[in-house]
Amino acid sequence: MAETSDMQHNTRPKGWYARNEIAITPWLFLIPAMIMFTLYVVWPIGQSFYISMFKWDGLGPISETGEYVGLAHYERLLTRDKAFTVSLWNNAKWLVFYLLAIPGGLFIALFLNQTVGGIRLYKSLFFFPFVISQIVVGLVFTWFYDPTFGLFNGIIGVFGFNPVNVLGDPKLATYGIIAAGLWPQTAYCMILYLTGLNAVDPEQIEAARLDGAKGLKMLWFVILPQLRPAMFIAFVVTIIGALRSFDLISIMTNGGPFGSTRVLSFYMFEKSLSEYGFKMGYGAAIAVILFLIMLLFIGYFLFRMYQDEREAR
Amino acid sequence: MKFTLKATLAALAASTILAGSAFADGHAKLTGDLKIFLDTSNPAPRATMEAMIERFGAKHPDLNIETTVIDREAYKTQIRNFLTANAPDVATWYAANRMTPYVNAGLFEDVSDLWADTAMGEELASTKGAMTIDDKQWGVPYTYYQWGVYYRKDIYEDLGISEPADFDEMLANCQKVLDAGMKCYTIGTKWLWTASGWFDYINMRTHGFDFHMELAAGNVAWTDDRVRETFANWAKLVEMGAFVDDHQNKDWQQSLPLMVNGEAAAILKGNFAVAPLREAGLDDSKLDFHQFPAITPGIALAEDAPTDTFHIPAKAENKDNARAFLLHVASAEEQTIINNGENLGQLPVNSKASIDDDKFLKEGFEMLSSNSPGGVAQFFDRDYPAEMAKAAMEGMQEFMVYPENLDDILERLEDVRADL
Repeated sequence: MAETSDMQHNTRPKGWYARNEIAITPWLFLIPAMIMFTLYVVWPIGQSFYISMFKWDGLGPISETGEYVGLAHYERLLTRDKAFTVSLWNNAKWLVFYLLAIPGGLFIALFLNQTVGGIRLYKSLFFFPFVISQIVVGLVFTWFYDPTFGLFNGIIGVFGFNPVNVLGDPKLATYGIIAAGLWPQTAYCMILYLTGLNAVDPEQIEAARLDGAKGLKMLWFVILPQLRPAMFIAFVVTIIGALRSFDLISIMTNGGPFGSTRVLSFYMFEKSLSEYGFKMGYGAAIAVILFLIMLLFIGYFLFRMYQDEREAR
Repeated sequence: MKFTLKATLAALAASTILAGSAFADGHAKLTGDLKIFLDTSNPAPRATMEAMIERFGAKHPDLNIETTVIDREAYKTQIRNFLTANAPDVATWYAANRMTPYVNAGLFEDVSDLWADTAMGEELASTKGAMTIDDKQWGVPYTYYQWGVYYRKDIYEDLGISEPADFDEMLANCQKVLDAGMKCYTIGTKWLWTASGWFDYINMRTHGFDFHMELAAGNVAWTDDRVRETFANWAKLVEMGAFVDDHQNKDWQQSLPLMVNGEAAAILKGNFAVAPLREAGLDDSKLDFHQFPAITPGIALAEDAPTDTFHIPAKAENKDNARAFLLHVASAEEQTIINNGENLGQLPVNSKASIDDDKFLKEGFEMLSSNSPGGVAQFFDRDYPAEMAKAAMEGMQEFMVYPENLDDILERLEDVRADL
């Protein structure tokens, strides 16, 4: 076969495409994705940066009604805007405490990973909070925390604590919202780990058992290494979820009390798109900063994935 | 929801097409389309508006009217989109500074001609100021309502207190209410604007309408001593515990039950609070109204009376039909109907319209027409620029919980003012 095809090649001159087929084909497949990515991701990022240098109310074209202010918005954000500092700190709190969903999800997954009658039902019940809308989660927790009729104060009352107005206290409100966010996020991590646990090699566990490993040692040295892919995904979705937190804040406190639960994404919305927000440029500047923060994580994730793929090769 | 009034009497109207000057003659039959966007999404206002549009449609059977009702809160953010692209012919909005961004961006149609050339100008004269920017009028008002203190008459009688004549009496009354184990005023500040109602009144009573408007225009610093005096008066109420606890996570609807079940004795609110309070069981023997009392003697009393309005977007396609519709809305006859107790339960702007026979509407009208010599303001977030209003209302909410943070709050507000 090889001989005949060689002969054919020799008899007929190769076309340009045929000669470069190997080099070109991947690009052909990539083109649609690249066009989409440029149009819907790269271009808007550039646009945001452009808008962030203008004082513009979003009404009428920016070329006519916008006023060029250079980097003044960034200067104000980083030096004088206390609301921005509060939002940034809250983002940090979200990033740190939202990660509790990972050990939480792992614990529940280990707990549920057994063969008992009706375990599927329990699993779906645990997964339930992730299925319902964030808005509903927010409402449920708003009632849960309510200082007059909420369950939360009823519970801590049993232990002799005074009632606390969680969402009305600027020091506690953010933690209250994060706790609400952890509810569905833990369920999400749980599902990731449950699927991961399905793929754990039973022979390795058997071997470890013969070697006398059990309990925490078994978990740490045998199970967890095999859960690494699930761990990575859980980490990625939780970090991104923390940075995207918006709906819970909007429904539970609307950024209040007095702006103490704002995060960057909510602040951006407030400044540029909400009822009283007409500062498109300022909002865009916040978006750019949020993007830079996300870029750190995205860069790290991409680096990790790149490394993994090289290892796999 | 959309509904369409199809031309059913086309033959009858075929002869009377008067484009161009159609609005000059309210009886001329209109043809073509009319696209109306409404923010009156609550059940009663919605039915009122739809009925009003139906009456307009009945007058102009050849006119194809398309009505879209948008949720009131969502409308506030959607308006900027639909004014720039896909504009309707008529849209609801609010008077005063709330119009400014859209007027400045050239998105509202100048309707000064209606105000100058028709009887409407005279009949609506009382709100001409609130509709005017750059000496031009940008819309037509259809309703307004008074603000004031709505109180539990039975509780006041039990405690032997009466409507306060001045601020000292208001404080003394409040002390008696507190001593009886109740709160003086219920409020829910989750959405912030309710707190600014208190600011409006205390500021206008302490320094007068003109100062309030100077502050709105950005000509006075927020760190000014006069602003501090206003907050000092407010602090008297806050520090004595006049307001209900945990108001920062209640909306205004959630603050009403406290008054209904007797945990709080009164509320500072617009007349729209009456309907839900009545529905909750407070009849006229239990619910009464008084004007916010004077604080600084000799300062002319001024009131908040927000006005809701209709506008023609600059990009509307059927402006003549829209103008005819605005005249319909402005007419004494329509304003009488839409504002009566069965409909909006508010005050008509048209001076020839009659006010419904309702205790609160009568009292409110009386107050606004004869006991508000200082002027009539729209409301904090309609008079003050959006950016300033947002920051200030947030500061006011903080002040009502942590009055000791006042210096910090005022400095932040001054920073926002300087930035504008």
